[in-house]
Amino acid sequence: MAPSVWESARALRAAYAAGTLLPSQVIAAALDRIALRDPKLHAFLHLDSERARQEAVEWDGLYAQARRNAAGDTLPPLAGIPVAVKDNLCTRGVPTTCGSRILDGWLPPYDATVIARLRRAGAVIIGKTNLDEFAMGSSTENSAFGPTRNPWDLSRVPGGSSGGSAAAVAAGYVPLALGSDTGGSIRQPAGFCGVVGLKPTYGRVSRYGLVAFASSLDQIGPFARDVADCALLLNVIAGADPRDSTSADVPVPDFLGATDQPRHGIRLGVPSEAFGSGVDAGVAEAVRAALDTFDNLGFRVEEIALPTLDAALPTYYLIAPAEASSNLARYDGVRHGMRDGSDDLFEMVTRTRQRGFGAEVKRRIMLGTYALSAGYYEAFYIKAQKVRTLVARDFDRAFAQVDIVVMPTSPTLPFAIGERVDDPLQMYFSDIFTIPVNLAGLPGLSLPCGFSAGLPVGMQLVGRAFDETTLLQAGGAYQQATSWHLRHAPEA
Amino acid sequence: MERSEPMDPTGAGGGTREVVIGIEIHVQLLTASKMFCGCPTEFGAPPNTLVCPVCLGLPGSLPVLNRRAVELGLRTAVALGCRVHSRSRFHRKNYYYPDLAKNYQISQYQYAGHPPLATGGVLEIQVGGRPWRVAIRRVHLEEDTARLVHPAGTGGAASSLVDYNRSGVPLMEIVTEPDLRSPGEAREFLNALRRLLQFAEVSSCRMEEGTLRCDANLSLQPPGGPPGVRTEVKNMNSVRAVERALAFEAVRQHEVLARGEVVVQETRHWDERRGVTFASRSKEEAEDYRYFPEPDLVPLDVDGAWVAAIREALPELPAARRDRLIATFGLAAYDADLITATPAMAKFFEETVTLGPHPKVVANWLSGAVAAYLNEHGVEIDQIALTPARLSALLLLVDEGTVSGRTAKDVLVEMIAHDQEPEAVVEARGLQQISDEATLRVVVDKVIADHPGPAAEIRAGKVRALPFLVGQVMRATGGRANPEAANRLLKERLS
Amino acid sequence: MAIDWATVEHVARLARLALTDEERERFVGQLGRILEYCARLDAISIEGVPATSHVLPIVNVLREDLPAPCLSRDEVLAAAPAHEQGFFKVPRVLEAE
Ligand SMILES: [Mg+2]
Ligand SMILES: [Zn+2]
Repeated sequence: MAPSVWESARALRAAYAAGTLLPSQVIAAALDRIALRDPKLHAFLHLDSERARQEAVEWDGLYAQARRNAAGDTLPPLAGIPVAVKDNLCTRGVPTTCGSRILDGWLPPYDATVIARLRRAGAVIIGKTNLDEFAMGSSTENSAFGPTRNPWDLSRVPGGSSGGSAAAVAAGYVPLALGSDTGGSIRQPAGFCGVVGLKPTYGRVSRYGLVAFASSLDQIGPFARDVADCALLLNVIAGADPRDSTSADVPVPDFLGATDQPRHGIRLGVPSEAFGSGVDAGVAEAVRAALDTFDNLGFRVEEIALPTLDAALPTYYLIAPAEASSNLARYDGVRHGMRDGSDDLFEMVTRTRQRGFGAEVKRRIMLGTYALSAGYYEAFYIKAQKVRTLVARDFDRAFAQVDIVVMPTSPTLPFAIGERVDDPLQMYFSDIFTIPVNLAGLPGLSLPCGFSAGLPVGMQLVGRAFDETTLLQAGGAYQQATSWHLRHAPEA
Repeated sequence: MERSEPMDPTGAGGGTREVVIGIEIHVQLLTASKMFCGCPTEFGAPPNTLVCPVCLGLPGSLPVLNRRAVELGLRTAVALGCRVHSRSRFHRKNYYYPDLAKNYQISQYQYAGHPPLATGGVLEIQVGGRPWRVAIRRVHLEEDTARLVHPAGTGGAASSLVDYNRSGVPLMEIVTEPDLRSPGEAREFLNALRRLLQFAEVSSCRMEEGTLRCDANLSLQPPGGPPGVRTEVKNMNSVRAVERALAFEAVRQHEVLARGEVVVQETRHWDERRGVTFASRSKEEAEDYRYFPEPDLVPLDVDGAWVAAIREALPELPAARRDRLIATFGLAAYDADLITATPAMAKFFEETVTLGPHPKVVANWLSGAVAAYLNEHGVEIDQIALTPARLSALLLLVDEGTVSGRTAKDVLVEMIAHDQEPEAVVEARGLQQISDEATLRVVVDKVIADHPGPAAEIRAGKVRALPFLVGQVMRATGGRANPEAANRLLKERLS
Repeated sequence: MAIDWATVEHVARLARLALTDEERERFVGQLGRILEYCARLDAISIEGVPATSHVLPIVNVLREDLPAPCLSRDEVLAAAPAHEQGFFKVPRVLEAE
C-alpha cells in the first residue's frame, strides 16, 4: 500500500500493526515530500533525516516481531509515527536555535521532558520547525532564518510563532507536531493553516526543556489534522514532571477515548465582545455558522460577557516582555551560542546581544526591561498583574454559566507576508482572542470551521482549567458533523 | 543596658560619635545537593564538573526547590526566635555578571509586599560580661553564584575564568539590625552566630572555605543625632579580619569627619595584606535589580505545624548544651564554655565520658593539653587523629599508673602526630612508668649521692627540699618514675 | 506615554543591547506607541484586586535533597564560545565584586 500523506496518526498506527504499511515507508515518504516542497514552504529549520530513517527501520522490525509473536499490539502509541517539533524544544545533540542567530549552532546536552516522552511513546522526530525568534511573533516572519509560508497561499503567513509546526501538518509532511503557546502561538497558526491546535491548561504539560519566552504563560501543545489525533498526542505529553515546579499533579484522563464519547448538554458561551469591530466579516460568518452547527448538534449556545477582553492585550504586552527580558538575559556570549568578541566584558555582552537578537526580540526586551525598571514597576508590571486577575475572574464568571467559551481564533484571515512587520501593534492585534486564555491559564482548542476567500478560518474553544476533555469532546462532535478538517492545502 | 564605651580612637573632632554596625551574613547550608538542582555541593572539585542544565542556566532548564534547604532555613529562623512567614516567595534579582549563570539570582528578597522566609529574631551575645541582644532583621534563602578566577599578572591578564560548580549552592542570608557598637561586638556576634549555626547543624560556617561570608556596614552617629552615612565593607575572610576591617573603617570615618569632610556612602573592600579598606570602583549606573516574582517557582507556604516539627527536631543549641554539661557532670563554667565552643568538642567530650573516664578529668584534658594542641596547630578537634576511644585509653593508662601524667602529655602529642593508639606509643618509646622499687632505689641513691646538700637538709628535718630531689629522680628517668614512689623512697632513705 | 531618547538609552544599557542610532530612534516611536496603548489599563479599577503572578493555586513544590548525576565536562564546555583549563573564559572582570 502506498502511504497517503494525509493519513491520521491513528490510521498509520493501525496500518503498521496490521502490517499493511511500514514505518520506513511512511518516514521515507514524509522526507521525500519535505525535500520536494519545503524549499518553498520553509517549515523546517533542521531535519534529522538519518536518525529518523534508522529509527523507522527499527520499528519495522519491532512491528514484524510483534505480529510473529501474536502477542497482540504492545508497542507504544506513537511507534513509528513521524512527528515534527518546534525548534524551541531542547533536543539532545540536535540543533535547537529558537529561530535566533544567538543560538545558532547550539546542541543542547539534554532533552526536553516532552521530547523524552515523545521518544518513549515511539515517535520518530523528523526535525525541528521554524518559529518567530524565541516564539515572539504571530507570523513566523521574525525567524532569523527566513519566514515560513502558508501552505494554502504561499504569499501569506502561516501565523506564529509555531508557524513551522502548523505548516508542516497542513502541508501533509507529518500528522502530528508540537508547538508552544504563550499568547496564541499554537492556536493562531492552527487557525491560519486549517489544522487543529491545542494549548493545554497551564501546568498540564511540563515546560522543562522548552526555551522560555514568558514563563507564567508558556505552554507546550499538539498540532494535528483532527481532534482525535490531537487528543492522542496530548495523552503522550501531559502529566506532572518533577523537573517543572509549575507542572500540576492532576490526573491525566484518557483524552483520546473521550473524543468519540458523545456528551450531551454541553453549554457554549459566546462573548459579544468577540464579534465586534476589527473582526473580519468572513471570520465572523464562519464562526457563527459553526455555532449554528453546534446548535443543531444539540449543544446549548448562549451569550456571555467578557468585559476585560479588551484589556488583555495591553496586560499581556507588559507581563510577557517583562518575563522575557529576564529569561533572555542568559544569552550573553559566556556559556553557549555566539559571541561577538571584545576585550571588554560589557562590550562583549552588549555586542553579542545586539548582533544575536532580531528586531522584535529587542523590542520586547526593551519593553519588558522598562516595565520592570525602578519607577515603572508599580505602574506597569504590578498593574498588569492585577488586571490579569480581573481577566481570570471574567472567565470564572463565564464558566459558572457555560462549559465552553467560543470565539474566533484570530480576528483576521492569514495576512500577506510583509504586511504587518513594520507595525508591531497591528501584529499584536492578531492574538486579541487567544491572549486572554493564556493570562487565565485555561485550555484553548483551535479547529478549522470554514473558509473565506479560499483561506482557512479557525474557531477557538476555551474550557475550564484542566478540562481539555470537554473541549475535545465538543471538537470531536463538530468534526463528526463537518468536513472542514478533511480539506487539504493545494499541492503547490 | 550597659554598653561598651563609645569609641573615640583619634581624639579628633569625631568626638563622641558612636560606632553603629550592622552585619549581613551568607552561610552555605549543609545540604547534599544544590538549591534548585541535584548537583552535589562538594568543595574543591575540578572546575565545571558539578553542573547540570539548571545550575548552568541552560535555555529551557527550570529550578525545583530543595526541601532540606528550606528546613535548614526554618531551623535557623526558629533558633533565632524569628517570625516565620506563612507565605514567602522567590524573586529574580536581575543584573549582568558572568558569575550568574542566568544573569539573575533567585532570592527570597523581600519585595513588593512579599516577605522573606522569616523576620524579627534575636541573638544574645556577651558584651563586657553582660548579655546583649542583637536584633535579627531577616533570614532568607537564595542561590550562590559561580566562582570567578582572575589569573595573576600585573596590568591584568586579558581574561577571567568562570567555574560554575558553586553556582546554585544553597545560601542563607541573615541580616542584623544596626545593633552592634564596636568591632569587638561584631566579632562576638559572629562567633556566637557561628556557634549557633554549627550546633543547629545548619552550616559548617568555615570562613576559609567560604561557607560563611560576612559583609558589614558601619556609620558614626553623634549622641542623640541622626544616623551617620554608612559604608559597606566586603571581602573579609576571617572573624579577625572583620574586626580589623571595622576598626580601620571606624578610624577612617572619624578622620574624615575630623577633617570637616563628609563620609561617602560606598562599598569598600578590605585588603588583608595592607590592613586597609579601599573604595571599589563605583558602578557607572545606579543598580536597578528589577526584582519580580520568579514565575518558575511556586510560593512557599509554612504553617504552624511545620514550624512546630522543626522546633521539635532542633538540635541542642550551645547555651542549653553548656548548662546541661554543668548540671550533669559538675563541670566548671570555664571548662563548659570551652567544651561547647564547637559542636565537635562537645560531642567529643560526651563520647569520651561514656567510655568511663571521670568527666572532670576529661574536661581538664580537653581544656588543657588538647586545647593547647589545637590552638598551637590552628585545627579543630575533628580534624586530628584523636578519638574519644584513644583519649579514654590514655586516661586509663594514667589511672593504672602505666604512664605518669606528665608523660601522658607527650604520649598525647605522639598519638596525634603518628595516628597511633596510646599503648602503641608507650610501647614503642618505652614510656612506661617506673614503679618497680628496686629499679627506683638505684636512681634514688644516685640522686642523693649527687646532691649531698639538699639530702642533708632533709635529714635535718627541712622537707622543703624534697620536691627538688623528686624532680631530679624524674629527670634521671626521663619523666617515667612514678612520682609517689620516688617521694616515698627518698623519705625512706633520708629519714 | 512619551518615552524619550535618554530613557531608551538607559533601558538599552540595563538590557545590555548596543543599539544603533537608527534602532534607538525607531524604539522611541514604537515603544511610546505600545506604552500609550498599555496606558488603557489606567481606565480599569484595580482597587483591592490582588496581583496574579501564577494562575495555578499550587504551593510548596519541593524536591528531596538527593544528589543527581551532573553533565560531563566535555558536554559542559562543548558550547562555550571560549574556555581554558576547564573554565569558561570571559574578558577580564575588573572589579573584585
Ligand atoms: Mg544575598
Ligand atoms: Zn545543577
